[in-house]
Amino acid sequence: MSLLRVEGLTVALPPGGDRPHAVEGIDLTVDPGEIVCVVGESGSGKSITANAVMGLLPKTLPRKAGRIWLGETELTAQSPEQLRALRGSRMAMIFQEPMTALNPLMRVGDQIAEALSVHGEKRRARDRVPELLAAVNLPDPAAIARAHPFRLSGGQRQRVMIAMALALEPALLIADEPTTALDVTTQMQILRLVREIQSRKGMGVMFITHDFGVVAEIADRVAVMQRGRIVEQGAAAEVLNNPRHDYTRALIAAVPHGAPGEARAAVATETVLEARGVAKTYTRGGWFGARALVKAVHDADFTLKRGETLGLVGESGSGKSTLARCVVDLVRPEAGQMLFHGQDLRPLSRSARKPFRKRIQMVFQDPYASLNPRRRVGEIIAEGPITHGEARERALDRARDLLRLVKLDDGAMDRFPHEFSGGQRQRIGIARALAMEPELLIADEPVSALDVSVQAQVLALLAEIRARLGLTMLFITHDLRVAAQVCDRIAVMQRGAIVEQGRTADVFGNPQHSYTRALLDSIPGRGWTPPTF
Amino acid sequence: MDPAKLPGFLAQRLVKAAIVVLAIVVCNFFLIHAAPGDPASVIAGQSGAADERFLQQLRTQFGLDQPLHVQLWIYVKGVLTLDLGFSHRQQMPVSTLIMDRLPATLLLTGAAFAFAITLGITLGTLAARRVGTWADSVITVLALTFYATPLFWVGLMLVLFFSVWLEWLPSFGMMSVGANLAGLALVLDVAKHLLLPALTLGLFYMAVYARLTRATMLEVADQDFVKTARAKGVPEGQVVRRHVLRNALLPVITFAGIQAGQLIGGSILVETVFAWPGIGRLAFEALLARDYPVLMGVFFATSVMVVLFNLLTDLLYAVVDPRVEVA
Repeated sequence: MSLLRVEGLTVALPPGGDRPHAVEGIDLTVDPGEIVCVVGESGSGKSITANAVMGLLPKTLPRKAGRIWLGETELTAQSPEQLRALRGSRMAMIFQEPMTALNPLMRVGDQIAEALSVHGEKRRARDRVPELLAAVNLPDPAAIARAHPFRLSGGQRQRVMIAMALALEPALLIADEPTTALDVTTQMQILRLVREIQSRKGMGVMFITHDFGVVAEIADRVAVMQRGRIVEQGAAAEVLNNPRHDYTRALIAAVPHGAPGEARAAVATETVLEARGVAKTYTRGGWFGARALVKAVHDADFTLKRGETLGLVGESGSGKSTLARCVVDLVRPEAGQMLFHGQDLRPLSRSARKPFRKRIQMVFQDPYASLNPRRRVGEIIAEGPITHGEARERALDRARDLLRLVKLDDGAMDRFPHEFSGGQRQRIGIARALAMEPELLIADEPVSALDVSVQAQVLALLAEIRARLGLTMLFITHDLRVAAQVCDRIAVMQRGAIVEQGRTADVFGNPQHSYTRALLDSIPGRGWTPPTF
Repeated sequence: MDPAKLPGFLAQRLVKAAIVVLAIVVCNFFLIHAAPGDPASVIAGQSGAADERFLQQLRTQFGLDQPLHVQLWIYVKGVLTLDLGFSHRQQMPVSTLIMDRLPATLLLTGAAFAFAITLGITLGTLAARRVGTWADSVITVLALTFYATPLFWVGLMLVLFFSVWLEWLPSFGMMSVGANLAGLALVLDVAKHLLLPALTLGLFYMAVYARLTRATMLEVADQDFVKTARAKGVPEGQVVRRHVLRNALLPVITFAGIQAGQLIGGSILVETVFAWPGIGRLAFEALLARDYPVLMGVFFATSVMVVLFNLLTDLLYAVVDPRVEVA
């Protein structure tokens, strides 16, 4: 007898969508004590399926057909009030974004207690809350219970969410990308926690993810979704190593394989960029209150040779973005030298810096926020050269060439950024950076916000452009698999300092620093080598 | 907020507030003296004997012949000892005049404030809960109407409707003249007089709160933690009260702080229309009569109120929102 049974679930999209149904004909089961991973790219309908089970679909997305059972109970036949009583007690859910999933005004303990009290367990709440917080391995449960969410880190908040979901020992746990927003080491801890609790309590888990590494890490069974349909379903080992459907194969082929790219021609000896003793400290407060200091960057010396790609890896808050911003002068370091072809950029005035700006360009992480939504793509790309004195007509002609270079057609010139997908926007961002004909390209997490297949395309494009234009690149990423694939050398950052630096193969094959080892151990699915087709 | 930090925060804010008030006092002084017209000539004109010697005598008597900086010093010194000067027109110390009028104004503005807040938040919540329905449309249109209508016109229409046509409510004053009521009867009598001016003063802000509450509730309702609450089986009413409304009220509190400061200034018009014996009317009369000491006294009192309400808002905000660091 399955714990969860979904039969022929169809949910309509509002009219005018790109397809009539958000999900169509979904058949899915989850057995007790089993982790079923639902994999797919954004917009494939994974979350819709999960929300349909929980009875949390918004009014604009009505269920058109299909039935859902939880054990003996037919969820699709329950009244809203009956469903409410089941939510949190028999089935629970955790979400992707731990930073926003907790009420900012309520103490963490009160939020967990609320889950108990709405199901008539108010009197037990006092004792249960610290127990639950301890069960998800949070230190000092009593203090955490009294804290407000903003005091906790993302990983701690996700633990709180899990504690809350487990409060009444539900039979089914639905986890909607619970580790996507977390750092890699935290992600591994949360994955282990889910696995451990699941096996201890014998829960059934429906785990939604886009990351095949995560699938390899925890799944018993896998269902692959594409455009609202399940295209392949089976045991994890079978789907991962011997995928049948073309889409699954394409997805797995797009997973960064972590193997360094074929050894490229020996890089030139000419140094393009050298950071020496660069330090940036952020201060907060002043006047009356006590000052708080954050050393964002210190002890982070590195050199970049012509034609080389240096990967800057590390978790959030390690200072990798700050360091990159120091290079392009978006952040002004208070000490050290930033030598570009031997010329220290740091003390230069705005006007003295201008000729250098052209030669160092940056690609940003968020393709949705980094393009001005009110300007046409052609103008966005041509703006830089025009400010540097190029004739408008010529700049626009070159913009057209660049769009072709990043594999977008000329028609894109007169359209606005919102008309493009995330991957296309990132291509526009790359074209914008290339318009200045830079020698040095700084890519700050350029593929982190993209789906895995789009990610593979953008990475391939970057590799091609780098080879064709002989670019030097500083590549910042938190994803070690991507770094391994793209970079010649790797610098590992932790708390503002570079703790290890070396050739990619050496750093990955023979890590010296304990933090590097911890990072490598946390790569999800490191025991799984994606098959090649 | 950490309760242990509260005394330090208060002390620091009170010092800042005192500096602000002092600056306002100095500004007021110069502003009023920059205005054309001489109080001595006004008094002389009213007494009907306007020869130059008499004027000179008046100026000496009021200290108007002193250099400006000396006048300023005398005034600031007085304010610091809570001596706001003497009104020669009313033949009373300014502080006595203000203290006489302040309770009436506080009653009026307090009532208007309470009315605006409660009704505004209630209507806003209702509209957000029933977004897109006829109830939402009615509330939105009503709010927009009051938002767009000038205060004095609303006041006049209310008087016309409730006092002149229906003869339900009195149209001016704070209590029935010569009735000599006491106890409950007095309270009821004042309440009847209070109703129309408080409504007039509060309607605009009620509309603002209704719109603000509706907008922020809709925004908050889409946030992740609301979904979390639903996912743990919290009943809908509790989701709205504990999760949506509480978070939606933060911007309302910010705005309420601004309004609390403005209410006293805004009451000048309403007090004049309804002949309410408050500070606003005192200021208006003083302005017409060029009664400098009274005018400056009123400015001082209202600025103290504004600063005080700002401080209160910040405190309240820090209590409601734990993320606010008091530093």
